[in-house]
Amino acid sequence: MCNSCEKQLETKFADGNVDLTLLEPIFAEYTGKPGSIISILQKTQEIYGYLPLSALQAIADKTGNKRAKIYGIATFYSQFRLSPVGKYVILQCHGTACHVLGAEKVGSAICDELGISPGETTTDGLFTLEDVACLGCCSLAPVIMINGETYGKLTPDSVRKILQNIAEAEKGGVVCEA
Amino acid sequence: MKLRVGFGSCGIAAGGRKVVEKLEAEMKNHGQQVELILTGCIGMCFYEPIVDVIDNNDKVYTYANVTPEKAEEIFNTHILGGKPLEQYIVSTSDKPYPILSKQVRIALKNCGIINPENLDDYLAKDGYKALAKVIKEMTPEGVIEEVKVSGLRGRGGAGFPTWFKWNAANKSKGDIKYVVCNADEGDPGAFMDRSVLEGDPHALLEGMAICGYAIGAREGHIYCRAEYPLAIKRLEIAISEAKKKNLLGDNIMGTGFSFDMHIKKGAGAFVCGEETALIASLEGERGMPRLKPPFPAQSGFWAKPTNINNVETFANVPWILFNGGKAYAAYGTEKSKGTKVFALAGKIKNGGLVEVPMGMKLREVIYDIGGGIANDKDFKAVQMGGPSGGCIPKELLDTPVDYDSITKTGAIMGSGGMIVMDEDTCMVDMARFFLDFTCKESCGKCIYCRIGTKRMLEILERITAGQGREGDIEKLQELAVSVKDGSLCGLGQTAPNPVLTTIRYFRHEYEAHIRDKKCPAKICKPLLTYTINADACKGCTLCAKKCAVQAITGKPKQLHVIDQALCTKCGNCATVCRFNAVGIE
Ligand SMILES: Cc1cc2nc3c(=O)[nH]c(=O)nc-3n(C[C@H](O)[C@H](O)[C@H](O)COP(=O)(O)O)c2cc1C
Ligand code: FES
Repeated sequence: MCNSCEKQLETKFADGNVDLTLLEPIFAEYTGKPGSIISILQKTQEIYGYLPLSALQAIADKTGNKRAKIYGIATFYSQFRLSPVGKYVILQCHGTACHVLGAEKVGSAICDELGISPGETTTDGLFTLEDVACLGCCSLAPVIMINGETYGKLTPDSVRKILQNIAEAEKGGVVCEA
Repeated sequence: MKLRVGFGSCGIAAGGRKVVEKLEAEMKNHGQQVELILTGCIGMCFYEPIVDVIDNNDKVYTYANVTPEKAEEIFNTHILGGKPLEQYIVSTSDKPYPILSKQVRIALKNCGIINPENLDDYLAKDGYKALAKVIKEMTPEGVIEEVKVSGLRGRGGAGFPTWFKWNAANKSKGDIKYVVCNADEGDPGAFMDRSVLEGDPHALLEGMAICGYAIGAREGHIYCRAEYPLAIKRLEIAISEAKKKNLLGDNIMGTGFSFDMHIKKGAGAFVCGEETALIASLEGERGMPRLKPPFPAQSGFWAKPTNINNVETFANVPWILFNGGKAYAAYGTEKSKGTKVFALAGKIKNGGLVEVPMGMKLREVIYDIGGGIANDKDFKAVQMGGPSGGCIPKELLDTPVDYDSITKTGAIMGSGGMIVMDEDTCMVDMARFFLDFTCKESCGKCIYCRIGTKRMLEILERITAGQGREGDIEKLQELAVSVKDGSLCGLGQTAPNPVLTTIRYFRHEYEAHIRDKKCPAKICKPLLTYTINADACKGCTLCAKKCAVQAITGKPKQLHVIDQALCTKCGNCATVCRFNAVGIE
């Protein structure tokens, strides 16, 4: 890693803008419980919506681990994100059943509608799109899940409508039925 | 009268919540309180949302694809008026729909029947009686013997005899032992574990507690994937209810046997379904598999003797102990006893979950129960075993579904996912799809799995992009052998299977891609050409309007033309054309 990148990363690990006191209850719950790092990371992500590097540093310090180890775990699992996400996280299934029934076209429609690629967040901070493999509703393929709610039997048009409804509702407009 | 609504993830996604809200509103409007039971999934997902009306003689009328409007009608005419709406009813308890009548439901016996959030419902179905019998009347060895008689084999994929693992864990020395449930269900296209977790969580808990007694463990851990939020919620409720009634926890039913239960959420890694990786993940580490032996039965979670089984495996256990191993072994074939749950998805009419005796022919499962291919297209293949499995072609539709017969085809039973494919599915694209999956999910420990799958994927990507070369098929076969041999865990050892089976049965499709630069199923975009047929085009301008890259030109009422240099082959024009004028070659 070049010098300037390393410095940049160092500042992120020491970022003072992240309120680390929010982690206290998590530490209180898991102190002295071995094998809790994944659970701690999950709770941390619930709080911030992602894993700030400075929080990883704090977790490393608190659990007596090297931060490389915590970082290693955080980047191993696809659930963890190192950058902030939108208010609505769209998980788009690319499992077998969904693939066979046209997940790709649904995906293109989402990307086109929101102007982002998988893994990205819209500039207004409303939507994040992530690809996943199977949400377990394969008989309703193609499927997406938005903040825990599953939508099935999608077409490019119906998925656009779902997203437009949410965006509309956020603007304070009237939500029309999909 | 009672009302029952399918309220698994699938039922909710299909619109079950609005139906329930409507029914509740109707009750309020009419001041008529009717018992409303929210259940898990009955398996007829293509019929969701499903509403059952149960009359006072316990006759069940099943209404399918219920909308809020239909729900109102059902409430007014059937519940209040006492007149069944024959035109909407798809099945009744005395004349069940074929998809139900051909099944033998053991693991799924309560799914879609009881309210999973209500322990009393489970108790009313003889719940926890098997556990009571086990801990009050049987020895651990007696339990293992009963499981042996049943012939139960692991439902998580490998099909290992369950009693053998229990016995090994029982014989292992140590005060502290663990029972672990593998609820990671990573195979994309399989959802039987989700259904059990959401629809009958107590069956799993009871099965695990029985296992705990048999091997001498006092603690159970369920490793459940985070993509199943509803399953986790219902498990949490079930555990706390069971503890309140002293069916779990300390000194269960006053017998001195204690068994506590914990849930751990997975964090999204397919390889964590592999048992040693799962244990590493339970311990909070990166989920990397390790070499066996030692097997988990000797040294597993926290290096203690551990027995790990799949959700469906455990869900069979209470039934086996309650009814006896012999009764279970009466179903199935010589080497594959009992029943198996299959998840039917893909291009099938009646997608959903079915539980049938082992040994039923694939054809029966797909046609008689699954209703055949959607839109009456031609069957091409069924994919079994997910990323570790393979595609079984039409010629082999009479293969019985049992562990050994399926393995002979080059696929594996796996967890029971069956993805049905029709003439419009490209088999080379499927091979690419699965390899893309395993390549991404490889943990990276073994070089062949990490880099070998990547190289194979690159070749497949080349072929589907129209740049296949002579010798590619042979190179794939050669790499497949190396990846199988050079990988430590099942992920790498089985990753080439989808490629090998598609080459074995659909070599002509590979050759069409490589030699003729054609995709027979018309899926691989770079190999397609879109043209507008002069005879059919009416000049309606719709395709030109919908083309994202302005590749289509033409005046109203005149023939439109696609500029091949600009065309990105998105297929929009073909989708929107009302005159079928866009041809794909
Ligand atoms: C890559 C890989 C993924 C696996 N995924 C799962 C899974 O999602 N669920 C499961 O029950 N077993 C899975 N298994 C099988 C487990 O390693 C193990 O054999 C199984 O949980 C044992 O339970 P059983 O004997 O009841 O089948 C997987 C194996 C491999 C190699
Ligand atoms: S394959 Fe998409 S939900 Fe299972």
